[in-house]
Amino acid sequence: MNSYTDKIKEISKRLLKEDKVDMVVGYRKGSVPLMHQPYIAQNEAEVDAFVWDSNCGLNLANYITDRTERIGILATGCNSRNIAVHLVEGKIKREQLYIIGIPCKAMVDRHKLSAMADGDITSVAEDEEKGTITIKGENFSETVNKADVLQENCSLCMHRNPVIYDELAAEEVPEQSRDEIDPYARVKEIEAMDPDEKWNHFDDLLSDCIRCYACRNACPLCYCPLCFVDESNPQWVGKSMDATDVRTFHFLRAYHCAGRCTDCGACVRACPVGINVRDFTKKLEKDCLELFGWEAGLSAEKRPPLDTYSPKDPEDFIK
Amino acid sequence: MKVIKIDKTDWASGLEKLRGSFALIGPVKEKFYHTFKTLEPGREPDMDYANTRISPKFVIYPQSEVILKCSMDANDPDYKIFKEPEKEYKSKAVVGIRPCDADSFPLVRRNFDTEDYKDPYWLRAYETTTLVGLACDNPCPTCFCTSAGSGPYSDDSLDLLLVDNGDHYMAKVLTEKGQSLVSAAGWNDDAGDDAAEAIEKKKADAESRIQSRVNTQNLAGQSLLDLYEADTIWETEAFACINCGTCTYVCPTCWCFDVQDEVHGNQGYRIRNWDSCMYPLFTRHASGHNPRGTKLDRLRQRFMHKLKYYVDKYENGIQCTGCGRCVRLCPVNIDIRRICNMMNSYDPESCTCEVTAS
Repeated sequence: MNSYTDKIKEISKRLLKEDKVDMVVGYRKGSVPLMHQPYIAQNEAEVDAFVWDSNCGLNLANYITDRTERIGILATGCNSRNIAVHLVEGKIKREQLYIIGIPCKAMVDRHKLSAMADGDITSVAEDEEKGTITIKGENFSETVNKADVLQENCSLCMHRNPVIYDELAAEEVPEQSRDEIDPYARVKEIEAMDPDEKWNHFDDLLSDCIRCYACRNACPLCYCPLCFVDESNPQWVGKSMDATDVRTFHFLRAYHCAGRCTDCGACVRACPVGINVRDFTKKLEKDCLELFGWEAGLSAEKRPPLDTYSPKDPEDFIK
Repeated sequence: MKVIKIDKTDWASGLEKLRGSFALIGPVKEKFYHTFKTLEPGREPDMDYANTRISPKFVIYPQSEVILKCSMDANDPDYKIFKEPEKEYKSKAVVGIRPCDADSFPLVRRNFDTEDYKDPYWLRAYETTTLVGLACDNPCPTCFCTSAGSGPYSDDSLDLLLVDNGDHYMAKVLTEKGQSLVSAAGWNDDAGDDAAEAIEKKKADAESRIQSRVNTQNLAGQSLLDLYEADTIWETEAFACINCGTCTYVCPTCWCFDVQDEVHGNQGYRIRNWDSCMYPLFTRHASGHNPRGTKLDRLRQRFMHKLKYYVDKYENGIQCTGCGRCVRLCPVNIDIRRICNMMNSYDPESCTCEVTAS
């Protein structure tokens, strides 16, 4: 995606040169394939390290929380929605930001590609015209359709274009609609399980968790000064590998994100053991849509439904 | 040291014989990556693997370990009196461990086995474990063991080293523990006079395939305070870090722990859990003050510990065996090779360092 990279560099250099911002938050090329690194450019020379392609799947809104500088930031659809959530929740001010909108062509799933490879991937190349990704290693070379190796959240995304921005780095991309794809197919599968199946599903889902909190720390919503799992006085939850404590962490974190999660997928991308943390958050997203007609981060003014009260709020759960 | 030959046709039957005297632990593929698991009867280790995501450190040093127990029943005469739980330290054999992971144990031992203090839990588990290594013929692009005091054929920390040779393993019997294991398995075919030479040849070939390295020669000579204050390194590298515990938890050499008391029903437990220098509770004082209160402080602690404090204290290289797990699994691509080279090349006069690609 050299056209994106070039345009991003051009805009970033201009903003720094004209002293519109103190820094621009983007990505630089990682030292291993499929992994670019969030990076801050504070002068024009540093902008040259910027890169944009299908491996920029973290959420840059995570890097502006409570900052005081004037910041230029690259923002895809989901990243821009998290910036909107930050604005509503007072974690940054609009006048501090210059949002460089990135119409998003979706990110590839690093876990999926690694599992597919017959050995270690040493290089990744993308052919934007053909829509293919080629992974190479010592004894293999495989070309796949990008559409087949997308992060699951990207393949289900309804907001690829930024919802809030100052300038776009490219023309808008076509959006998917709920008429074409059902973003909640997997949620419905889990909802249809009987209690034992559900128990086993979530038991298995979390069985590999090592409590590294990469999911939480990659998430722009998780900015609490002290997370409840780190609190020691009072201690809300045990810190061992006890299964109940591990589940408590995941359940409570998910609920704390209800009506705020934009399904950016950073949690899943960050997880070192490949847990699909989105099995929790996607269900809450579906509930918020069905109960409140709400999608997170589409407005920089309205507070999320669980943060407000209206007499019209659904109350069918009161028996 | 002798070299024996283990025909792969004798492999499974030998392992079954070992079960009489050892609990077997080995790499198996579950879901989509390999992990060390206790091998139930009939299950063989999958020796066709690069390495596991989580290191086998937990075999000796579990992520959560009950070290004391007490009754929480007020009517019990031993109410609230902590006692050591009855625990069986049965002989274990880790089959298929990579040399870099085995080399992490003596390194960690420097912390758990000192003149003043001997950690009973770690030592008991270590002493009852036999390490059956598997030499590494296909190192990963992120492996840098040869410049981190280890190597794909390093046998310093193993009891037995297996070298894959097509239809059989050439096995270097390195210790008495290794000898007891091969005897129990009934493996005793002589590998022939050429075996030792064949192993050396394969070793040289494997070592030449290690693609990346770290430069460590200047670390001991660098001033600790200069490195500590090297903002060029820490501010740039800390920006992306999210302070998760991935690097510390997948690392075979990170040893920090925290002790917690918990009550479940009528039982009290004192549990030792792995800690991570990335976490906000790490080294937080009772007053609430934390000398490592920021993201930058925590990131610096991890790398200064591994690449400077350890180097100075033990004078035995860096606290890293070059397994590359943290490089592969860090969600934001913090690369210890890059940071090590920056620290090694740091010039306090100009406040600059060399920045390498990896």
